[in-house]
Amino acid sequence: MIHFVILISRQGKVRLTKWYSPYQQKERATAIRELSSLILTRGPKLCNFVEWKGYKAVYRRYASLYFCMCVDQDDNELEILEIIHHFVEILDRYFGSVCELDLIFNFHKAYYILDEILIAGELQESSKKIVARLIAAQDTMVETAKAEAGSVSNMIAQTM
Amino acid sequence: MNPFSSGTRLRDMIKAIRACKTAAEERAVVRKECAAIRSSISENDQDYSHRNIAKLMFIHMLGYPTHFGQMECLKLIASAGFPEKRIGYLGLMLLLDERQEVLMLVTNSLKQDLGHTNQYIVGLALCALGNICSAEMARDLAPEVERLLLTRDPNIKKKAALCSIRIIRKVPDLAENFSSPATSLLKEKHHGVLIAGVQLCTDLCKVSEDASNHLRKNCTEGLVRILKDICNSPYAPEYDIAGITDPFLHIRVLRLLRMLGHGDADTSEYINDILAQVASKTESNKNAGNAILYECVETIMGIEATSGLRVLAINILGRFLSNRDNNIRYVALNMLMKAISVDSQAVQRHRTTILECVKDSDASIRKRALELVFLLVNDTNAKPLTKELIDYLEVSDQDFKGDLTSKICSIIEKFSQEKKWYIDQMVKVLSLAGNYVKDNVWHALIVAISNAPDLQGYSVRSLYKAFQLSSEQVSLVQVTIWCIGEYGEMLVNNVGVLQVEEPMTVTESDAVDVLESCLTHHSTDITTQSMCLIALLKLSSRFPPSSGRVKEIITTHIGSVVLELQQRAIEFNSIIQRHQNIKSSLVERMPVLDESTFISKRAGSSQANISTEKSNQQLPSGASLKLSNGVAKPAASPLVDLLDLSLDDTPVPTSTSNDFLHDLLDVGLTNSSSSASGTDILMDLLSIGTPVQSNTTPENGSSIKGFNDILPIAKPNTATVQVVDLLDGLASNGSHPGAQSPVHPSITAYQSSTLKITFSFTKQPDKPQVTQIHATFMNLSSEAYTDFIFQAAVPKFIQLHLDPANSNHLPASGNGRITQTFTITNTQHGQKPLAMRIRIAYKVSNQERLEQGQINNFPPGL
Repeated sequence: MIHFVILISRQGKVRLTKWYSPYQQKERATAIRELSSLILTRGPKLCNFVEWKGYKAVYRRYASLYFCMCVDQDDNELEILEIIHHFVEILDRYFGSVCELDLIFNFHKAYYILDEILIAGELQESSKKIVARLIAAQDTMVETAKAEAGSVSNMIAQTM
Repeated sequence: MNPFSSGTRLRDMIKAIRACKTAAEERAVVRKECAAIRSSISENDQDYSHRNIAKLMFIHMLGYPTHFGQMECLKLIASAGFPEKRIGYLGLMLLLDERQEVLMLVTNSLKQDLGHTNQYIVGLALCALGNICSAEMARDLAPEVERLLLTRDPNIKKKAALCSIRIIRKVPDLAENFSSPATSLLKEKHHGVLIAGVQLCTDLCKVSEDASNHLRKNCTEGLVRILKDICNSPYAPEYDIAGITDPFLHIRVLRLLRMLGHGDADTSEYINDILAQVASKTESNKNAGNAILYECVETIMGIEATSGLRVLAINILGRFLSNRDNNIRYVALNMLMKAISVDSQAVQRHRTTILECVKDSDASIRKRALELVFLLVNDTNAKPLTKELIDYLEVSDQDFKGDLTSKICSIIEKFSQEKKWYIDQMVKVLSLAGNYVKDNVWHALIVAISNAPDLQGYSVRSLYKAFQLSSEQVSLVQVTIWCIGEYGEMLVNNVGVLQVEEPMTVTESDAVDVLESCLTHHSTDITTQSMCLIALLKLSSRFPPSSGRVKEIITTHIGSVVLELQQRAIEFNSIIQRHQNIKSSLVERMPVLDESTFISKRAGSSQANISTEKSNQQLPSGASLKLSNGVAKPAASPLVDLLDLSLDDTPVPTSTSNDFLHDLLDVGLTNSSSSASGTDILMDLLSIGTPVQSNTTPENGSSIKGFNDILPIAKPNTATVQVVDLLDGLASNGSHPGAQSPVHPSITAYQSSTLKITFSFTKQPDKPQVTQIHATFMNLSSEAYTDFIFQAAVPKFIQLHLDPANSNHLPASGNGRITQTFTITNTQHGQKPLAMRIRIAYKVSNQERLEQGQINNFPPGL
């Protein structure tokens, strides 16, 4: 299973973290720190797998962001690379040529997308179209709810 | 209302934080925002709660504490609107983890949401549950999730399936409930549901044997059909990745088939065909294809495959190994380690490529390759492999050297068939990476050299040559010093020259030069310097003409500020000056170190918290008297007596003889006696210890290990069991008149649930300091003990002689006993009572056990 997913920038800033195994706050901070130092120092031509504390960390660099997933020893590393790529492509489709700033200002949306791809550390949906459709449907619901709330409070404000 | 509060939109806050130039600025902004959020929360501000949580999540990602927002998340989850629930659940998953008790409060909301009409809300609840539920929550909500597995909406179904995975991971007992719904999931057409369903089945197999059997019977056919379909399917744009339809599903089905086929011949046969098809048809120019091939090879290795299939798998691995992509090579190396157990010949064929990988620039690949090489070494290829590895050692990175050195040393030790090769390789390794070589490794080298008399000359000469080139490697220096000290005359007189050696002349003064340079070099540590001093002493005996020079060198250290060196210098000086007559016998050649004992001691000492140095220190005394290498010792030889010595009692002189023991293998004296006076060393040396008749002793009762640096080397047993005249009126608490009446009552020295030891005491009337103790061991457990060894340690003022036990097999439940006698001499009889620490080692059904204890309940007056 995937134990956690972290996205870090080239300077080591954390852009997204998702934990599927019980890690306490301190442990999380340590894990992020250690993995960052391991990954950020690796050269470009080296393989995308790093062994860390009995787990394997699979990472890939997309522009200025490193996407890293930590898996068990017996997991298929090449598949995890594919999952990372799957996630990135969906983000790309959603934001339209996603860049790091998109992920910074819309981190909650990135999380929503991740939640449609992975649950309990396992893959949920292999079709990008379906994921996009689900996210779009939920966004529409939020829009409608906001519109309704806007109009109701307008009415109340007007009556006051 | 605070105008600043919550008025800032999320975007603006992020901008503000990003604009901060220093950490302090950022902290200030964050603090202000947190305060605003806190006041907004306490005012129960509905409008901005959504925004507050979003801000809080961002702040959390930066690393600041945000626990005050947890209850707010709960409130949002409980509210009715979809946006609130959405952000509430997200906040819950981010800000909490399963160990927090607050999580329990969500259970009720979750339950309601799981039954909601809006499928997206159900989806939210399932997602949250699947990511962070605890075991109690899992138990509470499992029935709901089970029900949801049977809905028609594929979105809910797949989420429910993944949620069930978490539930059975947390509460394996619930696995049975999910078995049948899981099997029905496999009949779906929707890929998302299939993926989740296959994963659920895989986890079920891991957790429950029954589920595994159930699935094997009912689902194998279906799985093979699924795999066939996607393998042969035409282009499907929705699922296509790099020309392959849904590689994720491929991989998961292959994994499940592996679990089902493992250990089961029928299933394995059934899936042979489809595996062959996948293995041969999948294209491997893109990562997705390689991922599938990788999983396929793993599956082939994991089931009872036909040999044809295995060959196919190994070929794929061979292709991977020569791929230029580092990822693929890494994966191949990983797989090859598992393949060795299946077909090691095939893996041997790739040995050259694997060796190349050891030299790769990528650290992960190097590591894997080295482990693989280590597994590949066998008798035939040990020599060329070692040569390659040593060549690489020269150029490898610093951080890799440690690993590499230890692996090389293990290989050399395990596979060396001739001593000469072993010595050669070790000298090379020491020259290249001596600083990374562990102590026990070069100790083993010394033991080996000492056991190979015909190679000693060769060894010392090779070491001398190596020393000229690489004197910065500490271990090399230490081994060289020891050898020059021991075998100096062989070096100088070219004793035992082998044919392969080049002629070399080393004069006595060259040898002394080496030692002097070591001694005076600024970076030599204390241990090495101590070794130099003792080696110099040996040389002064072996090279009489250089004795004067040696004396000068030693004298310069009389004023050393290091106690160890000063003491040695003074004592050795004293020996050289005043004890010419015994000097030569003092520094005679070391007795041959018994290799088998060394190896077993080394294995045994790894359990005890004693350094290997101490165990080696025990070795010479043991070896000389154990005589298992058949060297007879005349009883009156002063050498024997020297090695007999207990370390403890008398203040001064023992340190000299101890030096030999310590110096053998590098120990600095930890309990060096205080003064180094010029008292008559010899008298003290020879007056200690009863004369020993040498005879072979069994392994058992003779070895005594020291605890905590206080304790002596006890004498191994002797044949001189003192006959205690028991009838000499020793009665004090008069038990049986006329019969053998122990003066002191027997005690239960040690009792645990598995072992009981009783001591009974006898004393001779004319020797109040000496007590004989008869120990009886009783096995209280229901299993017999073998290899029973009793060891004891006593404080400094007490001497201990241990006789061998009558057997080392202790039958169970007290059906038999082992008895052992030992003699105690209390030099401070009357002033200090006896005390003893004991250690019992034995084997129970081939597992080693250890018990330790302290005995304080000796009767007074012993």
